[in-house]
Amino acid sequence: MRPNINVKNRVAVVGAGLTLFRRRLMETPQELSWIAARQALDQAGLDFNDIDCVVSGSAPDAFDGVHMKGEYYVEGVANGKPHVRVFVGGGTGVFVPVAAWWHVASGLCRKVLVLAEEKMSSASRPHPQAVFKHIWDPLVEKPLNPNLIWIFAMEMHRYMYRCGVRKEDIALVSVKNKRNALDHPSAQAAAKITVDDVLNSEMLVYPVNRLDVSPVSDGAGAMVMVSEEWANRLTDNPIWVEGVGFNLDSTNWTNRDLGYPVYLKRAAEMAYRLAGIENPMKEIDVAEPYDPFDYKELHHMEGLGLCPPCKAAEVTKEGLTQRDGDLPTSPSGGLLGVGNPIAAAGIMKAIEIFWQLRGEAGARQVKKDVVTGLAQAWGDLMQVGTVVVMRR
Amino acid sequence: MDPIRVGIVSYGFSGFSPSVPSKSFREMVFEAASKAYAKVGLNPRTDVDAFVSCKEDFWEGISITDEFAPDQLGGALKPVFTVTGDGLLGIINAYMMIKTGAFDVIAVEAHGKPSEVMSYGDIERMAQDPIYLRPLAFPSYHTVKALEARAFMKYSNLTREDLGIYVSQSKRNGLLSNRAPHASSLTVDSYLSERELVGPLSHSDLAPRSDAALVFVLASEGRARELTDSPTWITGVGWATDYHTPSYRELGRDIATKNASEMAFRQAGLGDPGKQLAFVEADERYSFMALMEVSSMGLVKDLRQPLRSGDLSRDGSLPVNRRGGALSEGLPLEAHGLARLASACDLLDGTGAVVSNMGNTSAVLVVRP
Repeated sequence: MRPNINVKNRVAVVGAGLTLFRRRLMETPQELSWIAARQALDQAGLDFNDIDCVVSGSAPDAFDGVHMKGEYYVEGVANGKPHVRVFVGGGTGVFVPVAAWWHVASGLCRKVLVLAEEKMSSASRPHPQAVFKHIWDPLVEKPLNPNLIWIFAMEMHRYMYRCGVRKEDIALVSVKNKRNALDHPSAQAAAKITVDDVLNSEMLVYPVNRLDVSPVSDGAGAMVMVSEEWANRLTDNPIWVEGVGFNLDSTNWTNRDLGYPVYLKRAAEMAYRLAGIENPMKEIDVAEPYDPFDYKELHHMEGLGLCPPCKAAEVTKEGLTQRDGDLPTSPSGGLLGVGNPIAAAGIMKAIEIFWQLRGEAGARQVKKDVVTGLAQAWGDLMQVGTVVVMRR
Repeated sequence: MDPIRVGIVSYGFSGFSPSVPSKSFREMVFEAASKAYAKVGLNPRTDVDAFVSCKEDFWEGISITDEFAPDQLGGALKPVFTVTGDGLLGIINAYMMIKTGAFDVIAVEAHGKPSEVMSYGDIERMAQDPIYLRPLAFPSYHTVKALEARAFMKYSNLTREDLGIYVSQSKRNGLLSNRAPHASSLTVDSYLSERELVGPLSHSDLAPRSDAALVFVLASEGRARELTDSPTWITGVGWATDYHTPSYRELGRDIATKNASEMAFRQAGLGDPGKQLAFVEADERYSFMALMEVSSMGLVKDLRQPLRSGDLSRDGSLPVNRRGGALSEGLPLEAHGLARLASACDLLDGTGAVVSNMGNTSAVLVVRP
């Protein structure tokens, strides 16, 4: 990046919408996209005709079962307008507002519809996990037939070993997030559970138990991002996108230390630099770190610099990450509670920060006064970090 | 006046052969990237701020194919992302990123290795709406494009002889290119003697496939002038996505290209692009598409006249694909738009338009020396 960052055009979020997150929703990908887009436009006080650009995101084509699916699911949304689909695996959901940021900050677009959609449940039988059989290097890795839970178990185990974290400490994240999700109207896997429930749930691959993992979901989310001029016209309460960051590590995941996400540290540094944040531990009031597995929330808090390395479990145990704590994390209920339609789950996190900063999160509203919030997503071969920082 | 201008400072390519069995797609991208960086003395590990890759899961045969973007570009542990679409959409995103003021130098990659795709027709079928269209079981994607071709020819009053003029001219132009293994001195008579495969299209109307990778480097004005004496300036960009369902589209005209070109020409300040443009590099996945783009961009009123009088030929007033297009080079999937841009940079002697049209999305760039 340039040594002197001088971004002329400020970018604001003025509306957001989210469908239900469920397994086997009856709606098609096109319908899910339209429903989320309509809700976001309604909150912004705009119509489809008012939008000048669309930025969308969705994870593998194989989930929806459509080649070049971005062109398919925007039918009824893009309608002859500039549209581009961006893709960074599981990190896509938070990357869509990142790409939308430069659509507006460049001055080319003034009112952008930001859309993320995923329909996983119909992907393959018996389980959509089969899609992940084809994400590997075809020559070196595919013959071993690995699956995602298998490699994430390696990462979780490495993190536990490196930081001396116990399973019961990690399970606290699942307990917190699933309970937070009880207040989320879109939630699929909200529950009041205990640490013992997590530890006693079915063992998938040691050390991953069933309740350490987020579910298979369908869903879509949308935001409206606009230029400063339009933000001031449309609302008294815009939320500014002040920092964006993304970073992709090498494809060769076997060659890195899985205990600490360096790529996320770099992505966060990029976002903090744009947002002028020097001490994220003090300056970030509320965060939505990506939590497809419970250990990932802890791993990501450390990568984001929200706590020192290997201290996230301690912070969680002390209750600081609860909704009434000093650093509330995943107040939405996260992927563990609300559900995990990959790209839509990422944008759900950005949307939650938008609602929290607007004071519109209802029963999920965190106790402290929040000015600056952060959403983050992660994906690919434990490889990508995407970050967006918003301010009131 | 906008203070941030964006220039193309370099590009590199690999392949442009019906099959490149000796290199993987990553090795081809590495070769293209190395050439692009070496031309302007860039070290991607320190001098490039971000990287854009353009590709699709199903063509690659890898789910979450963006995982495989960083290493061969020198982008590991740096900002890298993927655009699922033609390479020109990657260029447009890089253009916007530099325009924000936060980025100085960005590399854009697109590649296609169709020689390794074992089920090409099945993948094209997977692009159709699974509920309404796929069950109709079109024999191939060519049948859908043939419907478009027929509607377009009716709309523009073109005959197969007119298509033949274009195909013959474009294939001959390709003989001047070092990237065009399918170029030939096909005559209009030979073209007209071909059997129609799916009317009105015959064998020579369909671009053959080729393996290729291209990498472009874009920079802000200050950096561009440091890196090269002859940057190609991008003065306008536009892009648009039309309806996915063919029956919702206006088959005789390309609305996506029309909308995208209006946006690009407005930014470039071109009030009468038909007169102001010195050349066009058009998408040539099918012969008629290049003509449809020229028409949809509003560059000519009646296609028949400039086509028959030679205005669209290499020596005409509005030459199209001066070194041939995909009919001569072959179609390297998402890399086709970058191949057109490469031709534009090679022959840059005035303001030109570069167009790609993949699926139902078009992208238009206006470039000038």
